[in-house]
Amino acid sequence: MSASRRELNSHPAAGVSLKDQACIVGLGETEYVRRPGSGLSLLALQLQAAVRAIEDAGLAPNEIDGLMPFPNLGSAEGFAANLGTQNLRYAATIHTGGAAPVASLQAAATAVVTGVAQHVLIPAGWNGYSGPRARDTVAEDAASMPGGAIARDYYLPYGLTAPPQWYALMARRHMHEFGTRPEQLGAIALAMRKHAQLNPRAVMCGRPLSLEDYLASPMLSDPYRVLDCCLETDGAAAVVVTSVERARDLKQKPVYIMGTASGQPYPADEITNRKDIFETGLTRAAPEAFAMAGVSPRDIDFAEIYDCFTFEVLQQIEETGFCKRGEGGAFVEGGRIELGGELPVNTHGGLLSEAHVLGMNHIVEAVRQLRGEADQRQVKDAEIGLVTGWGDFGDGSIAVLRR
Amino acid sequence: MTQAGTEYTKPLPTLQGLTQEFYDWCGERELRFQRCSECSAWRHVPREMCAECGSFRCEWAPSSGRGTVFTWTVVARALHPAFKDALPYAPVVIEMEEGVRILSEVLDCPLDELEIGMPVEVVFDEVTPGVTLPKFRRARA
Repeated sequence: MSASRRELNSHPAAGVSLKDQACIVGLGETEYVRRPGSGLSLLALQLQAAVRAIEDAGLAPNEIDGLMPFPNLGSAEGFAANLGTQNLRYAATIHTGGAAPVASLQAAATAVVTGVAQHVLIPAGWNGYSGPRARDTVAEDAASMPGGAIARDYYLPYGLTAPPQWYALMARRHMHEFGTRPEQLGAIALAMRKHAQLNPRAVMCGRPLSLEDYLASPMLSDPYRVLDCCLETDGAAAVVVTSVERARDLKQKPVYIMGTASGQPYPADEITNRKDIFETGLTRAAPEAFAMAGVSPRDIDFAEIYDCFTFEVLQQIEETGFCKRGEGGAFVEGGRIELGGELPVNTHGGLLSEAHVLGMNHIVEAVRQLRGEADQRQVKDAEIGLVTGWGDFGDGSIAVLRR
Repeated sequence: MTQAGTEYTKPLPTLQGLTQEFYDWCGERELRFQRCSECSAWRHVPREMCAECGSFRCEWAPSSGRGTVFTWTVVARALHPAFKDALPYAPVVIEMEEGVRILSEVLDCPLDELEIGMPVEVVFDEVTPGVTLPKFRRARA
Protein backbone atom coordinates (compact mmCIF):
# COMPACT_ATOMS: atom_id res chain seq x y z
CA MET A 1 0.00 0.00 0.00
CA SER A 2 2.69 2.43 0.96
CA ALA A 3 4.47 2.19 -2.40
CA SER A 4 1.47 3.34 -4.40
CA ARG A 5 0.74 6.11 -1.95
CA ARG A 6 4.23 7.43 -2.08
CA GLU A 7 4.76 7.36 -5.84
CA LEU A 8 4.28 10.74 -7.36
CA ASN A 9 1.32 10.33 -9.68
CA SER A 10 2.55 10.42 -13.22
CA HIS A 11 1.44 12.87 -15.84
CA PRO A 12 -2.36 12.79 -16.07
CA ALA A 13 -3.98 10.62 -18.71
CA ALA A 14 -4.19 12.28 -22.10
CA GLY A 15 -7.45 14.07 -22.78
CA VAL A 16 -8.14 17.05 -24.94
CA SER A 17 -4.93 19.05 -25.25
CA LEU A 18 -5.29 22.68 -24.28
CA LYS A 19 -2.34 23.63 -26.46
CA ASP A 20 -3.10 26.75 -28.49
CA GLN A 21 -6.84 26.36 -27.91
CA ALA A 22 -7.33 29.36 -25.63
CA CYS A 23 -6.17 32.94 -26.04
CA ILE A 24 -5.75 36.09 -23.99
CA VAL A 25 -7.68 38.72 -25.93
CA GLY A 26 -8.00 41.68 -23.56
CA LEU A 27 -5.96 43.39 -20.88
CA GLY A 28 -6.56 46.27 -18.51
CA GLU A 29 -4.65 48.03 -15.77
CA THR A 30 -5.28 50.84 -13.33
CA GLU A 31 -2.57 53.30 -12.47
CA TYR A 32 0.00 51.87 -10.07
CA VAL A 33 0.56 54.18 -7.10
CA ARG A 34 1.84 54.51 -3.57
CA ARG A 35 1.23 57.82 -1.83
CA PRO A 36 -1.52 59.02 -1.61
CA GLY A 37 -3.18 55.73 -2.48
CA SER A 38 -5.62 54.80 -5.21
CA GLY A 39 -8.58 56.48 -3.53
CA LEU A 40 -10.62 53.49 -4.61
CA SER A 41 -12.11 50.61 -2.67
CA LEU A 42 -10.74 47.14 -3.20
CA LEU A 43 -13.75 46.35 -5.36
CA ALA A 44 -13.76 49.58 -7.38
CA LEU A 45 -10.05 49.20 -8.12
CA GLN A 46 -10.51 45.76 -9.61
CA LEU A 47 -13.69 46.76 -11.43
CA GLN A 48 -11.77 49.56 -13.13
CA ALA A 49 -9.13 47.17 -14.42
CA ALA A 50 -11.87 44.77 -15.50
CA VAL A 51 -13.76 47.40 -17.47
CA ARG A 52 -10.56 48.31 -19.31
CA ALA A 53 -9.78 44.69 -20.11
CA ILE A 54 -13.28 44.06 -21.43
CA GLU A 55 -13.09 47.15 -23.60
CA ASP A 56 -9.64 46.18 -24.84
CA ALA A 57 -11.12 42.86 -25.92
CA GLY A 58 -13.85 44.65 -27.84
CA LEU A 59 -16.53 43.13 -25.67
CA ALA A 60 -19.36 44.44 -23.54
CA PRO A 61 -19.54 43.59 -19.81
CA ASN A 62 -22.62 41.48 -20.40
CA GLU A 63 -20.66 39.23 -22.71
CA ILE A 64 -18.50 38.09 -19.83
CA ASP A 65 -19.85 34.74 -18.68
CA GLY A 66 -16.90 33.47 -16.67
CA LEU A 67 -15.29 35.18 -13.70
CA MET A 68 -12.34 34.14 -11.57
CA PRO A 69 -11.91 36.77 -8.86
CA PHE A 70 -8.94 36.84 -6.51
CA PRO A 71 -9.74 35.61 -2.97
CA ASN A 72 -9.66 39.14 -1.57
CA LEU A 73 -13.06 39.83 -3.15
CA GLY A 74 -14.82 37.03 -1.35
CA SER A 75 -16.95 35.84 -4.21
CA ALA A 76 -17.91 36.64 -7.77
CA GLU A 77 -21.42 37.78 -6.96
CA GLY A 78 -20.78 41.38 -5.98
CA PHE A 79 -18.28 41.81 -8.75
CA ALA A 80 -20.71 40.54 -11.37
CA ALA A 81 -23.51 42.71 -9.98
CA ASN A 82 -21.38 45.84 -10.27
CA LEU A 83 -20.09 44.97 -13.70
CA GLY A 84 -23.48 44.19 -15.20
CA THR A 85 -22.55 40.60 -15.92
CA GLN A 86 -25.99 39.04 -16.03
CA ASN A 87 -25.20 35.60 -17.34
CA LEU A 88 -22.39 34.20 -15.24
CA ARG A 89 -21.97 30.55 -16.17
CA TYR A 90 -18.61 29.94 -14.56
CA ALA A 91 -17.34 31.44 -11.32
CA ALA A 92 -14.39 30.06 -9.41
CA THR A 93 -11.60 31.32 -7.20
CA ILE A 94 -8.19 29.74 -6.81
CA HIS A 95 -6.60 29.93 -3.37
CA THR A 96 -2.87 29.66 -4.02
CA GLY A 97 -1.95 33.25 -3.22
CA GLY A 98 0.16 34.88 -5.92
CA ALA A 99 0.05 31.68 -7.98
CA ALA A 100 -3.68 32.23 -8.52
CA PRO A 101 -3.68 34.62 -11.50
CA VAL A 102 -1.58 32.30 -13.67
CA ALA A 103 -3.41 29.25 -12.32
CA SER A 104 -6.61 31.04 -13.28
CA LEU A 105 -5.36 31.17 -16.87
CA GLN A 106 -5.23 27.38 -16.75
CA ALA A 107 -8.76 27.13 -15.36
CA ALA A 108 -10.11 29.74 -17.77
CA ALA A 109 -8.55 27.87 -20.68
CA THR A 110 -10.30 24.66 -19.67
CA ALA A 111 -13.60 26.54 -19.39
CA VAL A 112 -13.43 28.18 -22.81
CA VAL A 113 -12.05 25.14 -24.63
CA THR A 114 -14.84 22.93 -23.31
CA GLY A 115 -17.51 25.54 -23.92
CA VAL A 116 -18.38 25.91 -20.25
CA ALA A 117 -17.90 29.64 -20.70
CA GLN A 118 -17.07 31.84 -23.66
CA HIS A 119 -15.38 34.93 -22.23
CA VAL A 120 -13.63 34.52 -18.88
CA LEU A 121 -12.50 37.61 -16.99
CA ILE A 122 -9.67 37.31 -14.47
CA PRO A 123 -9.21 40.45 -12.34
CA ALA A 124 -6.63 40.84 -9.57
CA GLY A 125 -5.54 43.78 -7.50
CA TRP A 126 -5.37 45.35 -4.07
CA ASN A 127 -4.57 48.46 -2.12
CA GLY A 128 -1.27 47.01 -0.99
CA TYR A 129 0.00 50.45 -0.02
CA SER A 130 -2.99 52.27 1.44
CA GLY A 131 -4.74 49.18 2.77
CA PRO A 132 -3.48 46.38 5.08
CA ARG A 133 0.10 45.65 4.11
CA ALA A 134 1.64 42.28 3.48
CA ARG A 135 4.37 43.09 6.00
CA ASP A 136 1.87 43.53 8.82
CA THR A 137 0.74 39.95 9.06
CA VAL A 138 -0.80 39.76 12.50
CA ALA A 139 -2.65 36.67 13.54
CA GLU A 140 -6.19 37.84 14.03
CA ASP A 141 -7.69 34.69 12.66
CA ALA A 142 -6.03 31.65 11.24
CA ALA A 143 -8.23 31.51 8.16
CA SER A 144 -7.05 34.85 6.81
CA MET A 145 -3.41 34.51 7.80
CA PRO A 146 -0.92 33.07 5.35
CA GLY A 147 -0.04 29.62 6.60
CA GLY A 148 -3.23 29.41 8.61
CA ALA A 149 -3.35 27.53 11.87
CA ILE A 150 0.02 25.89 11.39
CA ALA A 151 1.75 29.26 11.18
CA ARG A 152 -0.24 30.52 14.16
CA ASP A 153 0.66 27.53 16.33
CA TYR A 154 4.19 26.58 15.22
CA TYR A 155 5.79 29.64 13.56
CA LEU A 156 4.39 32.80 15.13
CA PRO A 157 5.40 31.94 18.71
CA TYR A 158 9.03 32.08 17.53
CA GLY A 159 8.65 35.23 15.48
CA LEU A 160 8.46 33.67 12.02
CA THR A 161 5.55 35.83 10.96
CA ALA A 162 5.82 37.09 7.39
CA PRO A 163 6.79 36.00 3.87
CA PRO A 164 10.33 37.41 3.70
CA GLN A 165 11.18 35.48 6.86
CA TRP A 166 9.73 32.19 5.57
CA TYR A 167 11.54 32.35 2.29
CA ALA A 168 14.76 33.61 3.87
CA LEU A 169 14.99 30.15 5.47
CA MET A 170 15.28 28.66 1.97
CA ALA A 171 17.61 31.37 0.73
CA ARG A 172 20.09 30.81 3.56
CA ARG A 173 20.14 27.09 2.92
CA HIS A 174 20.67 27.74 -0.81
CA MET A 175 23.63 29.98 -0.01
CA HIS A 176 25.05 27.24 2.19
CA GLU A 177 24.58 24.43 -0.33
CA PHE A 178 25.46 26.27 -3.53
CA GLY A 179 27.44 29.34 -2.54
CA THR A 180 24.79 31.77 -3.78
CA ARG A 181 25.89 35.31 -2.91
CA PRO A 182 24.15 38.56 -1.95
CA GLU A 183 25.61 40.25 -5.07
CA GLN A 184 23.69 37.73 -7.17
CA LEU A 185 20.43 38.62 -5.42
CA GLY A 186 21.45 42.23 -6.05
CA ALA A 187 21.85 41.53 -9.78
CA ILE A 188 18.18 40.55 -9.83
CA ALA A 189 17.07 43.69 -8.01
CA LEU A 190 19.17 45.80 -10.38
CA ALA A 191 17.77 44.14 -13.51
CA MET A 192 14.17 44.70 -12.41
CA ARG A 193 14.94 48.32 -11.57
CA LYS A 194 16.72 48.87 -14.88
CA HIS A 195 13.66 47.62 -16.76
CA ALA A 196 11.41 49.88 -14.72
CA GLN A 197 13.32 52.90 -16.08
CA LEU A 198 11.85 52.06 -19.49
CA ASN A 199 8.32 51.69 -18.11
CA PRO A 200 6.44 54.93 -17.41
CA ARG A 201 3.80 52.96 -15.49
CA ALA A 202 6.38 51.60 -13.05
CA VAL A 203 6.40 53.05 -9.56
CA MET A 204 10.20 52.96 -9.65
CA CYS A 205 10.54 54.68 -13.02
CA GLY A 206 12.95 57.55 -12.51
CA ARG A 207 14.62 55.87 -9.55
CA PRO A 208 17.60 53.90 -10.79
CA LEU A 209 19.50 51.58 -8.48
CA SER A 210 23.20 50.76 -8.18
CA LEU A 211 24.86 47.77 -6.56
CA GLU A 212 26.19 50.09 -3.86
CA ASP A 213 22.64 51.25 -3.11
CA TYR A 214 21.50 47.65 -3.00
CA LEU A 215 24.24 46.49 -0.60
CA ALA A 216 23.64 49.52 1.60
CA SER A 217 19.92 48.72 1.86
CA PRO A 218 19.01 47.73 5.44
CA MET A 219 18.72 44.05 6.23
CA LEU A 220 15.17 42.92 6.90
CA SER A 221 15.45 39.17 7.48
CA ASP A 222 18.86 37.84 6.55
CA PRO A 223 19.65 37.45 3.67
CA TYR A 224 16.71 39.64 2.53
CA ARG A 225 17.35 43.33 2.46
CA VAL A 226 14.63 45.90 1.97
CA LEU A 227 15.64 46.10 -1.72
CA ASP A 228 15.17 42.35 -2.07
CA CYS A 229 11.48 42.83 -1.40
CA CYS A 230 8.53 43.52 -3.65
CA LEU A 231 6.81 46.89 -3.60
CA GLU A 232 3.68 47.68 -1.66
CA THR A 233 1.40 49.50 -4.09
CA ASP A 234 -2.22 50.14 -4.96
CA GLY A 235 -3.33 48.82 -8.32
CA ALA A 236 -5.24 46.21 -10.27
CA ALA A 237 -5.03 44.48 -13.61
CA ALA A 238 -7.22 42.08 -15.53
CA VAL A 239 -7.26 39.86 -18.59
CA VAL A 240 -9.96 38.24 -20.71
CA VAL A 241 -9.57 34.68 -22.00
CA THR A 242 -11.55 33.11 -24.81
CA SER A 243 -11.33 30.22 -27.25
CA VAL A 244 -9.11 30.37 -30.32
CA GLU A 245 -12.21 30.38 -32.58
CA ARG A 246 -13.81 33.29 -30.78
CA ALA A 247 -10.50 35.17 -30.63
CA ARG A 248 -10.51 35.47 -34.41
CA ASP A 249 -13.61 37.72 -34.25
CA LEU A 250 -12.15 40.11 -31.69
CA LYS A 251 -10.11 43.23 -32.17
CA GLN A 252 -6.68 42.47 -30.70
CA LYS A 253 -4.00 40.11 -31.92
CA PRO A 254 -4.67 37.05 -29.76
CA VAL A 255 -1.95 35.69 -27.50
CA TYR A 256 -2.11 31.89 -27.41
CA ILE A 257 -1.79 29.81 -24.29
CA MET A 258 0.56 27.07 -25.51
CA GLY A 259 0.99 25.26 -22.24
CA THR A 260 -0.02 25.76 -18.64
CA ALA A 261 0.17 23.87 -15.36
CA SER A 262 -0.07 24.34 -11.60
CA GLY A 263 1.58 22.57 -8.72
CA GLN A 264 2.17 22.63 -5.00
CA PRO A 265 5.15 21.65 -2.91
CA TYR A 266 4.70 18.84 -0.41
CA PRO A 267 3.58 19.56 2.21
CA ALA A 268 2.18 22.79 0.82
CA ASP A 269 0.96 24.06 4.17
CA GLU A 270 4.21 23.77 6.11
CA ILE A 271 7.55 25.02 4.85
CA THR A 272 10.07 23.31 7.14
CA ASN A 273 9.31 19.61 6.65
CA ARG A 274 10.03 19.06 2.98
CA LYS A 275 12.42 16.34 1.84
CA ASP A 276 13.79 18.76 -0.73
CA ILE A 277 13.16 22.29 0.47
CA PHE A 278 13.88 23.79 -2.94
CA GLU A 279 11.20 21.70 -4.62
CA THR A 280 8.23 23.99 -5.07
CA GLY A 281 5.00 23.81 -7.03
CA LEU A 282 6.78 25.18 -10.08
CA THR A 283 9.25 22.27 -10.01
CA ARG A 284 6.38 19.95 -10.88
CA ALA A 285 4.36 22.32 -13.04
CA ALA A 286 7.10 23.57 -15.36
CA PRO A 287 7.85 20.28 -17.16
CA GLU A 288 4.11 19.71 -17.60
CA ALA A 289 3.59 23.15 -19.13
CA PHE A 290 6.55 22.72 -21.48
CA ALA A 291 5.31 19.25 -22.47
CA MET A 292 1.88 20.64 -23.31
CA ALA A 293 3.42 23.51 -25.23
CA GLY A 294 5.87 21.28 -27.07
CA VAL A 295 8.77 23.65 -26.36
CA SER A 296 11.68 23.76 -23.93
CA PRO A 297 13.27 26.54 -21.83
CA ARG A 298 15.67 27.17 -24.73
CA ASP A 299 12.74 28.40 -26.85
CA ILE A 300 11.66 31.07 -24.40
CA ASP A 301 12.33 34.65 -25.49
CA PHE A 302 11.45 36.31 -22.17
CA ALA A 303 10.15 35.31 -18.74
CA GLU A 304 7.88 37.24 -16.41
CA ILE A 305 8.66 35.58 -13.10
CA TYR A 306 6.76 36.19 -9.88
CA ASP A 307 9.29 38.25 -7.97
CA CYS A 308 7.93 38.59 -4.44
CA PHE A 309 11.63 38.63 -3.44
CA THR A 310 14.84 38.46 -5.43
CA PHE A 311 15.78 34.96 -4.31
CA GLU A 312 12.44 33.65 -5.52
CA VAL A 313 13.38 34.73 -9.05
CA LEU A 314 16.62 32.78 -8.84
CA GLN A 315 14.81 29.79 -7.39
CA GLN A 316 12.15 29.83 -10.11
CA ILE A 317 14.76 30.17 -12.84
CA GLU A 318 16.30 26.94 -11.54
CA GLU A 319 13.02 25.11 -11.03
CA THR A 320 11.70 26.12 -14.46
CA GLY A 321 14.78 24.48 -15.96
CA PHE A 322 16.62 27.47 -17.40
CA CYS A 323 19.64 26.18 -15.51
CA LYS A 324 20.46 23.44 -13.03
CA ARG A 325 19.62 23.63 -9.34
CA GLY A 326 22.34 25.69 -7.69
CA GLU A 327 23.42 27.50 -10.85
CA GLY A 328 20.87 30.29 -10.57
CA GLY A 329 23.36 32.67 -9.00
CA ALA A 330 25.70 32.50 -11.98
CA PHE A 331 22.73 32.62 -14.38
CA VAL A 332 21.49 36.00 -13.17
CA GLU A 333 24.89 37.65 -13.36
CA GLY A 334 26.45 39.48 -16.26
CA GLY A 335 23.26 40.89 -17.74
CA ARG A 336 21.78 37.58 -18.86
CA ILE A 337 18.38 38.45 -17.39
CA GLU A 338 18.35 42.04 -18.62
CA LEU A 339 16.76 43.33 -21.81
CA GLY A 340 19.28 42.57 -24.52
CA GLY A 341 20.48 39.51 -22.63
CA GLU A 342 19.81 35.85 -23.25
CA LEU A 343 16.64 35.69 -21.14
CA PRO A 344 15.09 39.04 -20.24
CA VAL A 345 13.22 38.65 -16.96
CA ASN A 346 10.42 40.95 -15.82
CA THR A 347 10.69 43.40 -18.66
CA HIS A 348 8.22 45.71 -16.87
CA GLY A 349 10.18 45.85 -13.65
CA GLY A 350 8.20 43.16 -11.86
CA LEU A 351 6.75 43.25 -8.37
CA LEU A 352 10.12 44.58 -7.31
CA SER A 353 10.06 47.73 -9.41
CA GLU A 354 6.80 48.13 -11.37
CA ALA A 355 4.12 47.37 -8.79
CA HIS A 356 2.72 44.49 -6.78
CA VAL A 357 -0.37 43.44 -8.64
CA LEU A 358 -0.43 39.85 -7.42
CA GLY A 359 1.38 38.72 -10.55
CA MET A 360 -1.43 39.79 -12.87
CA ASN A 361 0.85 42.58 -14.12
CA HIS A 362 3.26 39.86 -15.26
CA ILE A 363 0.55 38.31 -17.43
CA VAL A 364 -0.30 41.74 -18.85
CA GLU A 365 3.36 42.47 -19.67
CA ALA A 366 3.77 39.08 -21.36
CA VAL A 367 0.74 39.81 -23.53
CA ARG A 368 2.11 43.26 -24.42
CA GLN A 369 5.45 41.74 -25.42
CA LEU A 370 3.76 39.19 -27.65
CA ARG A 371 1.48 41.81 -29.20
CA GLY A 372 4.59 43.84 -30.00
CA GLU A 373 3.31 46.68 -27.83
CA ALA A 374 6.03 46.88 -25.20
CA ASP A 375 7.49 50.15 -26.50
CA GLN A 376 11.03 50.72 -25.27
CA ARG A 377 10.92 47.42 -23.37
CA GLN A 378 10.12 45.36 -26.45
CA VAL A 379 12.04 42.12 -26.75
CA LYS A 380 12.92 42.02 -30.44
CA ASP A 381 10.94 39.41 -32.36
CA ALA A 382 9.41 38.08 -29.17
CA GLU A 383 7.55 34.95 -30.16
CA ILE A 384 7.29 32.73 -27.10
CA GLY A 385 7.33 33.86 -23.48
CA LEU A 386 6.37 32.53 -20.12
CA VAL A 387 4.84 33.80 -16.94
CA THR A 388 4.98 32.21 -13.48
CA GLY A 389 2.98 32.57 -10.32
CA TRP A 390 4.15 31.90 -6.76
CA GLY A 391 2.04 31.80 -3.64
CA ASP A 392 1.96 30.99 0.04
CA PHE A 393 4.71 28.50 0.92
CA GLY A 394 5.70 27.82 -2.68
CA ASP A 395 2.58 26.96 -4.65
CA GLY A 396 3.37 27.49 -8.30
CA SER A 397 1.83 28.05 -11.69
CA ILE A 398 3.19 28.62 -15.17
CA ALA A 399 1.86 29.57 -18.59
CA VAL A 400 3.82 29.39 -21.83
CA LEU A 401 2.40 31.98 -24.23
CA ARG A 402 3.01 32.78 -27.88
CA ARG A 403 1.97 35.33 -30.43
CA MET B 1 13.34 32.90 30.19
CA THR B 2 10.30 34.93 31.21
CA GLN B 3 10.79 37.54 33.89
CA ALA B 4 8.40 37.30 36.82
CA GLY B 5 5.77 40.05 36.61
CA THR B 6 6.41 40.83 32.94
CA GLU B 7 3.43 40.34 30.69
CA TYR B 8 4.12 37.93 27.84
CA THR B 9 2.95 39.60 24.68
CA LYS B 10 4.26 37.33 21.94
CA PRO B 11 1.79 35.18 20.00
CA LEU B 12 0.89 31.89 21.62
CA PRO B 13 -0.31 28.70 19.96
CA THR B 14 -4.03 28.04 20.14
CA LEU B 15 -4.28 25.01 22.39
CA GLN B 16 -6.87 22.79 20.82
CA GLY B 17 -6.88 19.38 19.16
CA LEU B 18 -3.55 17.94 18.13
CA THR B 19 -1.73 21.19 18.85
CA GLN B 20 -2.86 20.93 22.45
CA GLU B 21 -1.53 17.37 22.66
CA PHE B 22 1.88 18.46 21.31
CA TYR B 23 2.19 21.39 23.67
CA ASP B 24 0.82 19.44 26.66
CA TRP B 25 3.81 17.11 26.30
CA CYS B 26 6.04 20.17 26.21
CA GLY B 27 4.36 21.23 29.44
CA GLU B 28 5.59 17.92 30.89
CA ARG B 29 9.05 18.91 29.62
CA GLU B 30 8.96 16.19 27.01
CA LEU B 31 9.40 16.68 23.29
CA ARG B 32 7.22 14.12 21.60
CA PHE B 33 6.24 13.72 17.97
CA GLN B 34 3.52 11.61 16.44
CA ARG B 35 4.76 8.23 15.28
CA CYS B 36 2.55 6.08 13.07
CA SER B 37 1.41 2.91 14.80
CA GLU B 38 1.44 0.95 11.57
CA CYS B 39 4.51 2.04 9.65
CA SER B 40 6.49 3.82 12.40
CA ALA B 41 6.96 6.99 10.36
CA TRP B 42 7.59 10.09 12.47
CA ARG B 43 5.84 13.30 11.60
CA HIS B 44 5.73 16.98 12.54
CA VAL B 45 3.61 19.16 12.52
CA PRO B 46 0.85 16.95 14.02
CA ARG B 47 -1.50 15.50 11.45
CA GLU B 48 -4.73 13.52 11.59
CA MET B 49 -3.35 10.59 9.64
CA CYS B 50 -0.18 9.10 8.27
CA ALA B 51 0.62 10.32 4.76
CA GLU B 52 3.02 7.41 4.28
CA CYS B 53 0.63 4.52 4.85
CA GLY B 54 -2.81 6.00 5.45
CA SER B 55 -3.21 4.92 9.06
CA PHE B 56 -5.23 6.99 11.52
CA ARG B 57 -3.44 5.40 14.51
CA CYS B 58 -0.35 6.89 16.06
CA GLU B 59 1.47 7.38 19.33
CA TRP B 60 3.16 10.40 20.84
CA ALA B 61 6.66 8.98 20.85
CA PRO B 62 9.47 10.62 22.79
CA SER B 63 12.13 12.38 20.76
CA SER B 64 15.78 12.08 21.74
CA GLY B 65 15.64 15.86 21.92
CA ARG B 66 18.77 16.10 19.80
CA GLY B 67 19.11 17.58 16.38
CA THR B 68 21.18 19.85 14.19
CA VAL B 69 20.64 23.32 12.79
CA PHE B 70 19.17 23.03 9.29
CA THR B 71 18.67 26.70 8.44
CA TRP B 72 17.65 30.01 10.00
CA THR B 73 17.08 33.66 9.30
CA VAL B 74 18.18 36.62 11.40
CA VAL B 75 15.28 39.01 11.71
CA ALA B 76 16.69 42.54 11.79
CA ARG B 77 13.42 44.43 11.48
CA ALA B 78 10.36 43.11 13.24
CA LEU B 79 7.32 42.71 11.05
CA HIS B 80 5.20 41.82 14.07
CA PRO B 81 4.93 44.39 16.88
CA ALA B 82 5.42 41.84 19.66
CA PHE B 83 8.94 41.07 18.48
CA LYS B 84 10.30 44.60 18.29
CA ASP B 85 11.98 44.28 21.67
CA ALA B 86 13.56 40.96 20.75
CA LEU B 87 15.58 42.27 17.80
CA PRO B 88 17.70 40.89 16.37
CA TYR B 89 16.46 37.36 16.75
CA ALA B 90 16.61 34.19 14.69
CA PRO B 91 13.91 31.63 14.04
CA VAL B 92 15.85 28.40 13.44
CA VAL B 93 14.82 25.17 11.71
CA ILE B 94 16.18 22.19 13.62
CA GLU B 95 16.44 18.78 11.99
CA MET B 96 15.85 16.21 14.71
CA GLU B 97 17.54 12.82 14.94
CA GLU B 98 14.15 11.28 14.16
CA GLY B 99 14.15 13.03 10.78
CA VAL B 100 11.44 15.59 11.36
CA ARG B 101 12.17 19.28 11.42
CA ILE B 102 10.87 21.82 13.89
CA LEU B 103 10.86 25.62 13.81
CA SER B 104 12.23 27.01 17.06
CA GLU B 105 15.14 29.08 18.33
CA VAL B 106 18.59 28.44 19.79
CA LEU B 107 19.11 30.07 23.17
CA ASP B 108 22.34 31.50 24.50
CA CYS B 109 24.02 31.42 21.11
CA PRO B 110 25.24 34.64 19.51
CA LEU B 111 23.50 34.91 16.17
CA ASP B 112 26.76 35.09 14.25
CA GLU B 113 27.78 31.74 15.75
CA LEU B 114 24.84 29.84 14.26
CA GLU B 115 26.09 27.21 11.83
CA ILE B 116 24.33 24.74 9.61
CA GLY B 117 24.89 21.31 11.12
CA MET B 118 25.47 22.63 14.65
CA PRO B 119 24.32 20.01 17.19
CA VAL B 120 21.58 21.21 19.54
CA GLU B 121 19.39 19.74 22.26
CA VAL B 122 15.93 20.68 23.42
CA VAL B 123 15.10 22.73 26.48
CA PHE B 124 11.72 23.91 27.66
CA ASP B 125 10.60 27.47 28.23
CA GLU B 126 7.41 27.98 30.24
CA VAL B 127 6.53 31.32 28.67
CA THR B 128 3.18 31.56 30.44
CA PRO B 129 1.55 29.39 33.14
CA GLY B 130 -0.36 27.54 30.43
CA VAL B 131 2.17 27.33 27.60
CA THR B 132 5.63 25.78 27.42
CA LEU B 133 7.56 26.18 24.19
CA PRO B 134 10.32 23.80 23.10
CA LYS B 135 13.56 25.67 22.44
CA PHE B 136 17.14 24.54 21.91
CA ARG B 137 20.66 25.14 23.10
CA ARG B 138 24.00 24.06 21.77
CA ALA B 139 24.52 20.41 22.64
CA ARG B 140 27.03 19.81 25.37
CA ALA B 141 29.90 17.66 24.21
